[in-house]
Formats: sequence, C-alpha cells, structure tokens
Amino acid sequence: MIRIDSVTKRYPDGTVAVDRLSLEIPDRSITVLVGPSGCGKTTTLRMINRMVEPSEGTILLDGKDITQQPVNTLRRSMGYVIQNAGLFQHRTIVDNIATVPRMLGWGKEKARARARELMERVGLDATLAKRYPYQLSGGQQQRVGVARALAADPPVLLMDEPFSAVDPVVRKGLQEELLRIQDELGKTIVFVTHDIDEAVKIGTMVAVMRTGGKLAQFAPPAELLSHPADEFVEDFLGADRGIRRLSFFPSAGLQLLTAPIVAIDSTAEQITARDTAGAPYLLVTDLEGRPLGWGEPDRLTAGDIRAEHLLSHGRPFVAGTDSLRAALDCAVLSPTGWAVAVDAEGRAAGVVSQQTIAEAIRSAHAEGRETDRAARATQVTKAVG
Amino acid sequence: MSGFFDIPSDLQHSWLGLIGLHLREALLPVLFGLVCALPLAQLCVRFRWLYPPVLWVTTVLYAIPSLAFFVVLIDYTGQTELTVMIPLGVYSLVVLVPAIVDGVRSVPQETLAAATAMGFGPVRRYVQVQLPIAVPAIIAGLRIAVVSSVSLVSVGTLIGNQGALGNLLADAMFYHRPELAVNSVVTTAVLAIVLDALLVGLRVLLTPWMPSGARRKPKAATARPEPATLALEDAVK
Repeated sequence: MIRIDSVTKRYPDGTVAVDRLSLEIPDRSITVLVGPSGCGKTTTLRMINRMVEPSEGTILLDGKDITQQPVNTLRRSMGYVIQNAGLFQHRTIVDNIATVPRMLGWGKEKARARARELMERVGLDATLAKRYPYQLSGGQQQRVGVARALAADPPVLLMDEPFSAVDPVVRKGLQEELLRIQDELGKTIVFVTHDIDEAVKIGTMVAVMRTGGKLAQFAPPAELLSHPADEFVEDFLGADRGIRRLSFFPSAGLQLLTAPIVAIDSTAEQITARDTAGAPYLLVTDLEGRPLGWGEPDRLTAGDIRAEHLLSHGRPFVAGTDSLRAALDCAVLSPTGWAVAVDAEGRAAGVVSQQTIAEAIRSAHAEGRETDRAARATQVTKAVG
Repeated sequence: MSGFFDIPSDLQHSWLGLIGLHLREALLPVLFGLVCALPLAQLCVRFRWLYPPVLWVTTVLYAIPSLAFFVVLIDYTGQTELTVMIPLGVYSLVVLVPAIVDGVRSVPQETLAAATAMGFGPVRRYVQVQLPIAVPAIIAGLRIAVVSSVSLVSVGTLIGNQGALGNLLADAMFYHRPELAVNSVVTTAVLAIVLDALLVGLRVLLTPWMPSGARRKPKAATARPEPATLALEDAVK
C-alpha cells in the first residue's frame, strides 16, 4: 500500500503545489487523482517516485519510507506512463519496451522476449517490434508506453494523463484495454487525469483535488456521484451527474416484458392473440429471435411482415450486464419510448417502458439511501466507540 | 611544359600528398572542436545562464581574423601546421556548441521525464538518450564546420607554406602557372563536397529512426555566419 502522509510541496518562490495531502492508496486497484490544472495532481504522482521531493510529510510504500532506498532502485520498481508516451525515438519498439529489464541486468534476448510478450498483452501487432516510434500512431505509441512501464513487472504503475493526447475513440479503447490488463495483472495503479469521466470510468477510488493542492474528496466513483462533498466537487462533476450515476446501477432488476414480441413468421391468430401489455407496438424478431423493429399490431399482416416497413428499435441494451443508464438511453432514443433488451447473443430478451425504468431508478436511489444511512450509522458508531 | 597535376618541388608533396595534408589540417581542428564542444555544450544545457556568455565568447573568437591569430601564435608555435590548426579549431566552436546545445535541448520533455522515471541517472540519460537524439543536429553542425575548415586551411600559405592545397595558389603566381590555381580551387571544392556527402551518409546510417523526408536542419546551424564569406574576409586581410 502507498500511504501519503500529510505531504506538502512548497516551491522556493512560495507557491504551494500540494497542501498537507493525506491519502491511502489501496493495493491492486486503480486510484485516480483528478482535478483542474494546477491542483497538484501531477506533483503528487511525481512525489511517489521521487521525481519531486516533498517539502514536508512522508510517503510510505508497504510501510517503509520511500526515501530509504536508492532513488533509481525505487523508480525501477514503479512503472511510469506519461502523456504522449515519451518513447525513445531512437530505439525500436521492442528495445523501448525492454529498457528497464535491460537496466536491471537481463540479457538482451530475454529482455526482448519479454518485450514481445508484453506487446501481445497490450494489443500490439508483433510486426511492429522492429519499427521506430515515428512509424506508429498516437494510440499505438501509448500502448508501447504502457508495455514499457509493465516490462519489469513492477507492483506499482504511475500514469500521468496517459490518454489525454489521443482522440476520444482511441482513448475509449485504451481505457478498456487498461481495465482488461488490470483485471489480469492486478497492479497498484495511481492514475492522474483532468477528465472526470475518465476518472469515474476507470477508478476504483477517486481523489478529487482542488487548486492549491488540497484534497476535496476521496471516494469510490458511485459515492462521488451520489454524495459530492461540497459545491466544488459537484461543479467539477458536471451537470449530468445524476444520469452518469445510473452507470453504477445494474439493469438486472428491470421487469422485462416478453408479451409484445412476435416472430416474423407469426400467423394472424398469434398476432391478434398477443396481449401487448400496454405497449402500443409489437416487437418483431427474425427467425433466430433477433429484434427487427416495431410494428403496429393492426398493420401487421401475417405472412407479409417486411423488415423495411417496421419502425427502428434503436440500439438495444444487454439485459443484466448493461447499466440502468444504458437502458434509459435506449428507451429515450427509441421512437416508441420502449427499450429493447437483448441477451449476450443478441436475441430479444424483452421490452421495457420508460415508466418501468423510471420506477427502477427510484427504487435504486431509495436502496442507495438505505445503504448510505447504514454506512453513516456505522461511522457514527465507530466515532463514538 | 608541366601538367595539371605536376606540383612544384618546393612544396615537397605530390598532389595526393597535398590532399592528405589538407585533410589533416582541416579535420583535426574540427575533431578537437567537437571534443571541446561536447562537454561545453552539456554545461550550457545544465546551467542555462552559461549559454549566452559561451555563445558570446565563441562568436568574438570567430570574429578574430586568422592572420591576427597567426601573428600571436607564431611566437609560441612557429611556422607550423599547429599554428594553422589552432584558429580553425577555435572557429569550429561557433558552429558546434550551438548545434549540440540545440540538439540536446530538442529532446522532448516527456522523453526526459520518462527516462528519469525509469531510473536513468544523469550520465546514462545523457549518453543513451540525449546524445543519440542530438545526432542529426550535431552532424548538421559538423557539416558546416568541416566545409568551412577545408576552405580556411588555404590561408596557412601565408605562414611558411602551411596551406596544403592553398600553397598552389602562391605557386601559381611564382611560377606563372595559372592551372595550379585552378587545381587548388577545384580540388578544395571537391574535397569539401565529398566530405559533406560522407557526413550526410554517416547521419543516414546513424539515424534509421528518423522519418525520411522530414529530416530537419537545426536553425542555429544555418543562422551562423556563412563560412565562405569569412574565408573571403580572411583572404582579404
């Protein structure tokens, strides 16, 4: 565990970059430092590998003061990923990745073999090994940066705005890749970003910092969205935090209706016998059960249902795995106001109305309040005890 | 009638011998300049305040005409090759120091930060990261220094025939053989062009990591005074 203990960084000109910051960074999880520019988040990160020395306070790594070991030994035990990757432009991709193992005294072949293994892990094609950084796209370079940081298998990974300089689509891919790699490797990751969406998406814990290097709130993302500590955090989270909070509620509890679903080869009796259960339209599926679109019950002629005459069903959500946010999004975008749920194979699992989703949201919030109350009660007990 | 490549015996060298002499007198000073410029430039990068005075001193030294240099040096080193090479070595600094400083400074901040974060000490970082990335800039500086040095060697004629190929210019007048002057000028020019091409080849060899077609020239190297102009000035003086 990395423990930052009332650390202050004051520069000779009097500016305070970090002000009595205390944080406990849990092992094997992603802790995100987020805040506006000038809030001291990068300074904090750089104090962990001593690229910046604190003016006051101590940083403990597994209970030991980080100043007690040689600085370069400390740094080689922590992977570091920087914005724009910071690759060595004069070395090939494979040699870039092999840098730290080589410094640790590995043989050339062993280090390169390890580098190739990491290229695969971060999703880089093996044919890129002998290329130079200028021949790679920004996203690929960033993957090389991640692979290089992981090369010597360090327990700690420090990431300084690693995905800020790539376009949103590539960034989304890199974020998902990071989460996947983290699932496999379980590193202790400290991640700096100015993007609150990124923080909420990838963080196990999020530390919101404010200008002047003060900690505003340290909490899991869901709690951050439901209970911002103050106006600053609330502002920083942005206007649609209510909607974004729905990402943390599963759609598993939604009551899905299967009654308004008909297959494309249904007979006239089957169509008229359908109880639409309040739905104004019927969802027509193909023979495998995949949704094709919405049709008005009166206008569906048995044996002559054509997909091109149906109303678009919009983007469906995956029942159970997607969040309430995804379900609500589908319902809002659907021309009928009803969301279509599918299973993992893309077969229609049911339909659900906006009203039903709204009820699910209300009850999820109520449950959230219950757990909060319980949590606060325990805190009070602890404080009293 | 003597031929184009028949060198008067007072020069005590064949045509090829003169070329060898010329190369030595031109290249040794640049090598000496490079050896001095590397640590000097590194000091200028580390201590930013040092760069302007260093630049100022090298520029002032460059402004001293070579003849004035010779007059001072002859008392110590006599009418020797060394007297010719010392000013040339000093002149090369004006190109090499800024070329190396700009080259080393052109290494992106992220690259330096990444190197530090990976546990590179200052020496390792300089040798393994900064210097290799500065190679294109250093070679761009070397090209100018070498070409300028090749042209300046000829001035050595004035102190006891120490000008290698330049000596042919004086002999052309003594013996009324204008073809010797042509020989001198053409050989010197070809020598400069060949050396320049060799340096370009060296850079291509050393920097497979540079995007082809996007090879940049450091600004400082091109902003220095034109060596040809100064050679002319020296000749006039």
